[in-house]
Amino acid sequence: MQIARDILLRSYRSMRTIRDFEERLHVEFATGEIPGFVHLYCGEEASGVGVCANLTDTDTIASTHRGHGHCIAKGVGVDGMMAEIYGRSTGVCRGKGGSMHIADLSLGMLGANGIVGGGPPLICGAALSHKLLKDGGVAVAFYGDGASNEGSTLESLNLATVWQLPAIFVVEDNGYGEATGASYAVAGTQKARAEGFGMPYYECDGTDFFAVYETAGEAIKRARAGEGPAMVHVHLSRWYGHFEGDSMSYRIDGEVARERAERDCLVNFRRRTTEAGLLDAAALDEIDAAVKAEVEQSVVSAKAAPTPEDADLLKDVYVAY
Amino acid sequence: MSKKSFRQAINEALRLEMRRDPRVILMGEDVAGGRGGTSGVTDAWGGVLGVTKGLQTEFGEDRVFDTPISEASYIGAAAGAAATGLRPVAELMFVDFVGCCLDQIMNQAAKFRYMFGGKARTPLVIRAMYGAGFNAAAQHSQALYPLFTHIPGLKVVIPSSPYEAKGLLIEAIRDDDPVIFLENKVMYDDEEDVPDGSYTIPFGEANLTREGDDVTIVAFGRMVNFANEAADRLEKSGISCTVIDPRTTSPLDTGTILDCVADTGRLVIVDESSPRCNLATDVAALVAEEAFDALKAPIRRVVPPHTPVPFSSTLEALYMPNADKIEAAVKSVMSYRMKEEV
Ligand SMILES: Cc1ncc(C[n+]2csc(CCOP(=O)(O)OP(=O)(O)O)c2C)c(N)n1
Ligand SMILES: [Mg+2]
Repeated sequence: MQIARDILLRSYRSMRTIRDFEERLHVEFATGEIPGFVHLYCGEEASGVGVCANLTDTDTIASTHRGHGHCIAKGVGVDGMMAEIYGRSTGVCRGKGGSMHIADLSLGMLGANGIVGGGPPLICGAALSHKLLKDGGVAVAFYGDGASNEGSTLESLNLATVWQLPAIFVVEDNGYGEATGASYAVAGTQKARAEGFGMPYYECDGTDFFAVYETAGEAIKRARAGEGPAMVHVHLSRWYGHFEGDSMSYRIDGEVARERAERDCLVNFRRRTTEAGLLDAAALDEIDAAVKAEVEQSVVSAKAAPTPEDADLLKDVYVAY
Repeated sequence: MSKKSFRQAINEALRLEMRRDPRVILMGEDVAGGRGGTSGVTDAWGGVLGVTKGLQTEFGEDRVFDTPISEASYIGAAAGAAATGLRPVAELMFVDFVGCCLDQIMNQAAKFRYMFGGKARTPLVIRAMYGAGFNAAAQHSQALYPLFTHIPGLKVVIPSSPYEAKGLLIEAIRDDDPVIFLENKVMYDDEEDVPDGSYTIPFGEANLTREGDDVTIVAFGRMVNFANEAADRLEKSGISCTVIDPRTTSPLDTGTILDCVADTGRLVIVDESSPRCNLATDVAALVAEEAFDALKAPIRRVVPPHTPVPFSSTLEALYMPNADKIEAAVKSVMSYRMKEEV
């Protein structure tokens, strides 16, 4: 499959931005300056980016507690995100949501979510909007292996088929829900679940941008053509604890180190694109440098930004009241 | 007797009851942790904040086990197991997640006894964390005890200290009705002297943490600490307060509240749950109905505004009741003058 150069460059930039953003948060969180819970997406970048490279601002996605990557992949700016995570008034949610609630509806980003299994039903609704408003859009729910066991998720699979919705269910399977392994918690298989609910099942290596891009692309193309929902099962690994501060004693020593060494989506992307002559190393180096500066600047700006005003506390509970 | 944290007190209550009664089991997401992990380490977490650490190691996987992330099914399973011979303690982690399983609590467990003509017993305890002050934002910070208190058939417990937590949890596990046991997540490291052995604190019996003549303060859960702090400061400026910790909101010790208001004639209620239809409105209604003649001033409620819990630290601090706000409310009722007195 031939992928346009600008899509490749844009996707690399998104993946690099997610990686740097998350690695930086890992460092900043340790200083104690970042409030609340932070769940990092490092190692999983190619999934969000590979899926979203098939989408436009008209399409909708719903994310999870581990939402930074999906936000960046859907085009949310790092300045507003970083400021949000620091609880500043310049944040995308004006400091009211924090890491777990970053959203930008103008970009079709229906929000990270603090409730596991919160996204799939919302995506059925977004898909219904796309279908009835005939805007050509599709809706994508990202959710984890853990979330695949929520009733809300399973009901959504059913509903999407019953209503023949342009909905894609992307199971980001990193093998764990918190400290519990999917090998224990997930009965049967995702494939059987998809087929049981009458939708096609696709799977791919979530650290391979090309695999995700192409696999999700097929499912999305079907949905856009009015052929109904599909499940895309993406195999991944998370490189940090469930949240910052988790020692991960439940994972065997060396598991993460091996993943980092062998399944780094950025390294693999660079190797593949440069070896095939699709991109030259200099262009990628340039992106690396630009992203580094951008993330650095986002931290500086976030720290310098004002906290919300007292009056903001009472604002925006309703549209009108 | 030794100094124990809120976390340890709860862990000990569970441990002692599990030793005493083999029917007591513990389930929830990562109450042990590590199942299905590649290292084979079990009891890897002992709860997201380590409250149940070590219990699986002592009691084994048959009695302490992790659940899939499927609240509707495991909370419902706990209710069903309770009605059929076990005494489950099910952990919901953050009480906000009740949205995923409310039916099993509200329409099932709570109603068995009455609907079945008194023929069911449902000795179920649901433990969950509540409360703001953790920068956990709108979906992980709510104080939903009014929701449970509203439902006939449920008992609702909000311990205010390590000592209270241990005695009330043991009572909850021995109780034959469904009990919602709510732990303020900000308090896990609070310490005080707690007996090593078993003891119970009966439901529906309030505790007076301060006794005074001028103002009665009713406070719930963590708010009891703030009320004590305010009362101690006010004492220095010559205002003496009674602080009531109701301990349980269902049943509610209305007698103690009414007696204290009869003595002081003034009432301030501190509740960190959203202000509409919360516990403060409930207690205010009780006193307005039953002790109207005793009142020398309007009842004041120290409650958050009618908003979700904000993320930013500055807004969250503004949102929360605290000792300063309680002090101001007490002073305002003290300075109130009835029309004819003016
Ligand atoms: C309804 C609900 N239950 C439990 C939680 C607590 N929780 C947050 S993330 C998480 C694990 C989710 O696992 P998974 O879906 O595999 O996503 P991952 O963290 O691996 O990205 C849990 C149990 C929650 N936030 N919401
Ligand atoms: Mg997972």
